Amino acid sequence: MTSSPTSQAGTAIETVKTDVLIIGGGATGTGIMRDLALRSVHCRLIDKQDLCAGASGGNHGLLHSGARYVLSDPHSASECREEGEILKRTSSQCIENTGGLFVAVKGDDEGFIRDFPALCQAAGIPVQELTPKEALELEPQLSKDIIAAYAVPDATIDPFRLALENVNHARELNDSTYHPHTTLCDFEIGDGRIIAAFCRDSRTGKELRIVAKQYVNAGGAWAMDIARLAGCNDVNLLYSKGTLLISHDRLTTRVINRLRPPADGDILVPGGTVSVLGTTSLRTDDLENVRPTIAEVDKNVVEGTAMVPALAHARYIRAFSRVRPLVQHGDDQNDRNVARSFALMNHEDQNLNNFCTITGGKLTTFRLMAEKTSDLVAKRLGNTEPCTTATTPLPGGQACKWTEPGASPKYWYEANNSEDMILCECEMVPQSAIDQIVLCAPGAENEMTLEAIALRSRAGKGPCQGSFCGIRIASYLYDRGYYQDTTGLHHMKSFFNERFKGLRTIIWGQQAAQMELAEALHCGLLGLDRLEEKKTNKADNE
Amino acid sequence: MTYEKREFIADLAVIGSGLAGMAASIFALKRGISTAQAGNTGALAYTTGYLDLLGDAGTGAAEHLGDPWAGIRELQKSQPNHPLARVPENDIHEAFTEFTSFISECGIAYGAPGKVNLKALTPAGTTKPTFSVPATMQPGVDALASQARCVIIDFKGLRGFSGRQVVANLKDRWPGLTTERVSFPDMPMGEIYPEVMARALEVPGTREKLADAIKSVRGDAQVIGLPAILGMHNPDLVMTELSRLLGCPVFEIPTMPPSVPGIRLREMFEQVFPKKGLTLVPQQKVRSVEFDTDSVQLVLADNHGPIIIHAKAVILATGRFLSGGLEAEQTGIVEPLVNLPVAQPTSRDSWYSMEYMGRDGHAIHQCGIRVDDAFRPLDKDGKVVDPRLFAAGVILAHQDWIRGRCGAGVAISSAYRAVQGAEQIILQKNN
Ligand SMILES: Cc1cc2nc3c(=O)[nH]c(=O)nc-3n(C[C@H](O)[C@H](O)[C@H](O)COP(=O)(O)OP(=O)(O)OC[C@H]3O[C@@H](n4cnc5c(N)ncnc54)[C@H](O)[C@@H]3O)c2cc1C
Repeated sequence: MTSSPTSQAGTAIETVKTDVLIIGGGATGTGIMRDLALRSVHCRLIDKQDLCAGASGGNHGLLHSGARYVLSDPHSASECREEGEILKRTSSQCIENTGGLFVAVKGDDEGFIRDFPALCQAAGIPVQELTPKEALELEPQLSKDIIAAYAVPDATIDPFRLALENVNHARELNDSTYHPHTTLCDFEIGDGRIIAAFCRDSRTGKELRIVAKQYVNAGGAWAMDIARLAGCNDVNLLYSKGTLLISHDRLTTRVINRLRPPADGDILVPGGTVSVLGTTSLRTDDLENVRPTIAEVDKNVVEGTAMVPALAHARYIRAFSRVRPLVQHGDDQNDRNVARSFALMNHEDQNLNNFCTITGGKLTTFRLMAEKTSDLVAKRLGNTEPCTTATTPLPGGQACKWTEPGASPKYWYEANNSEDMILCECEMVPQSAIDQIVLCAPGAENEMTLEAIALRSRAGKGPCQGSFCGIRIASYLYDRGYYQDTTGLHHMKSFFNERFKGLRTIIWGQQAAQMELAEALHCGLLGLDRLEEKKTNKADNE
Repeated sequence: MTYEKREFIADLAVIGSGLAGMAASIFALKRGISTAQAGNTGALAYTTGYLDLLGDAGTGAAEHLGDPWAGIRELQKSQPNHPLARVPENDIHEAFTEFTSFISECGIAYGAPGKVNLKALTPAGTTKPTFSVPATMQPGVDALASQARCVIIDFKGLRGFSGRQVVANLKDRWPGLTTERVSFPDMPMGEIYPEVMARALEVPGTREKLADAIKSVRGDAQVIGLPAILGMHNPDLVMTELSRLLGCPVFEIPTMPPSVPGIRLREMFEQVFPKKGLTLVPQQKVRSVEFDTDSVQLVLADNHGPIIIHAKAVILATGRFLSGGLEAEQTGIVEPLVNLPVAQPTSRDSWYSMEYMGRDGHAIHQCGIRVDDAFRPLDKDGKVVDPRLFAAGVILAHQDWIRGRCGAGVAISSAYRAVQGAEQIILQKNN
């Protein structure tokens, strides 16, 4: 390469430099960013959408004790136990230490029930047997048909907070940078090395060239596609789609697992004021149009009802789906039996020595995945500093705190500022939260989308699912001058379209009235359905 | 404590106090029919005050309808089951005229229905097609049309209404539009509410102070726009007085619901109807309806105990999901009060399309009660359920009031026909 690269439009492409480029802003990618920053390595992190756009933003939020995997994958079980313990010590602001129960109902496999405690003990997982009566006293919503129950140290984890804190800490440590809505499109390769990564801003279409010493593919389910862009054919993934449901109320204090080999609708995880029920598991080839179906939703409800009968008549406020990447080794037919451990590939046999891929695994094990990856990267860079994430507490960033359920009202009451109006009434998110997020949250920018704001706060997470607060927050952003023309209306439209994907399959009962009102406001009153298509910058560039 | 059971006897019972129920009562009063009305206010409080007739006939046209009557003629051809296609045009016109002149006489002046749709302003700075607007909003429609130099006034502490937003979205279409922020007179610091502001503006002293505040920022504006806060019971007087003080027209833009114009209508009905001899049991859900041989009985209760209303005919105007007239269960959509069959798609999977704001809208909105041309509900076999039962408003099938921008149009027109039908039944019974 001699001349400086130019874009298709003929203009010079901006080039930026860094030690390490990390592709993928999920738990793993952000974990690597922090791990490396703690070793004084500068990183740039890109995500084609935003933090937690992949599996990290669409999972159960269960910090596994490991008990779920004691039969199918004892190695993962022990890994989960160890990692769970570390995270509870170092990252407590992201974790609710709820505890968990495994419960069996009439008809469940007696052999599995009998073997379960010994299997847990073998993996080092503390387990305590409870009588059905004791379990019902702890969790009154459990079915009266319970025949066995065990308590295990399950907990819940907020992946959004985690990713935001990781990025925030890395930024504080050595000015490592996060680039939202930046898609990796191609690599420039020569001499057994990646020379540069070509990226495109998926909002503006602007191209960016990133030159790094090392390149890390933390693309989760997209890791195979990314590896292929670098000419590597050694990442083989299968995709399994999982669908989950969020109930309007929190039904249990603890995580409730069905005491049977993993199957559909067998985990109920509390999160703040709601509960999350899931999951289903379906093979898919499609990574881009992953949406819940009515059949999956109904399946979860039917299965979950066996453990917690109230799920049959609960009000649901959202359903969502994401894809699990399954690293393919053999040709096992049952996706749930595929080892849930992760894979780190150094691609040296693909003739590249500055590229690696990390995928698979679990949210619970993201830190360990980041450690192993960072060890490899540091070694290649000649950096001898050891990993410190197992002991260094994750500091709490000011602008990262708004994802915590119940936190907004607390801060708001404490501040007692009558000028600070509430914009999201379901979750009590005030103007000051929006101000802080727009000014200094990781990935903040001048004209932020409503999705980006919602990801960094509780806005839109309540029963109205953003249908009111989306209007109010947009209005506020106009008022503060962040939105200056009809682009703001397009942001509203795309936010409501996005939220709808999570609503479509659960619109019955009260949610039908909610949805009717929302559409009456969005379309009938504001006319967003008739918004003229805006010419985007992208179109201008083409 | 035991309560006395109260019984009311009327010729007509109207169930539902949304726009359709209110319209039905107005038409019945006009015809001298003794009427009892019960039921929740429904979506009335969510209205902006704009009365839509028809903004989109579902032809896929890029623009909204300028001429709603042409749209209705289109519906007669392409969607003959649409409620608006089943009411003669003259009757629709007559219904709107009767409705708007009644509320105008009662103190909330409305423009007489005309030939074309108006382009009315929304709080987001978009416009919507509508048919008849309150007199307090008409100067806004005119100012946009004439491109007058206009200043939008918003208020410190009033959430959800931003003049900057209105201007940002309209500036390309309306270069003479600007905005200024003032403090509302005599309000404490912090958040202020449209309802409170509206009531405060009924006091002359507050109006004068507000006019002074506006004068200092209005610049060379020829017309002044405000959020909908111009009084609760006397909006026309408040508007006239404020324009006199400012020496130019002023107008209101609806705020996000529940907004003052909706509350105005509700409070007006609740005051006026009893004075005109109508038995009104507001805000109470009717529990059951029984069709006996000699009367229809509505069973309900309020704070003072059980109530039974006996009537010769009944109009079901209970609205859709938002008002409880229809209920969506996981397995299907039901009409919970009379248990009428609901026309609906075969599975829940067809209720909503994949795209929220897709052009074709959603099948769920087309579901509802099927009726004959006299707006009598039909059973599964297409037979009239009971000759004394009529249905009106958005509970009706084969219309999408949201995408069609035809909520008030369907409500007022179908109520008009339902009352005509009920009147005939009542006349027969009385003979
Ligand atoms: C339904 C479901 C339930 C789960 N439940 C749990 C649970 O309860 N507990 C648990 O521990 N684990 C759970 N998991 C697993 C866990 O969610 C994942 O293991 C973890 O989040 C993976 O994180 P990641 O960062 O590796 O991948 P991801 O979070 O998928 O991140 C990959 C990122 O890469 C970005 N990307 C892709 N291509 C490009 C490109 N070309 N350029 C730029 N960026 C790109 C994507 O936008 C995405 O943000 C669940 C998974 C699923 C699907």
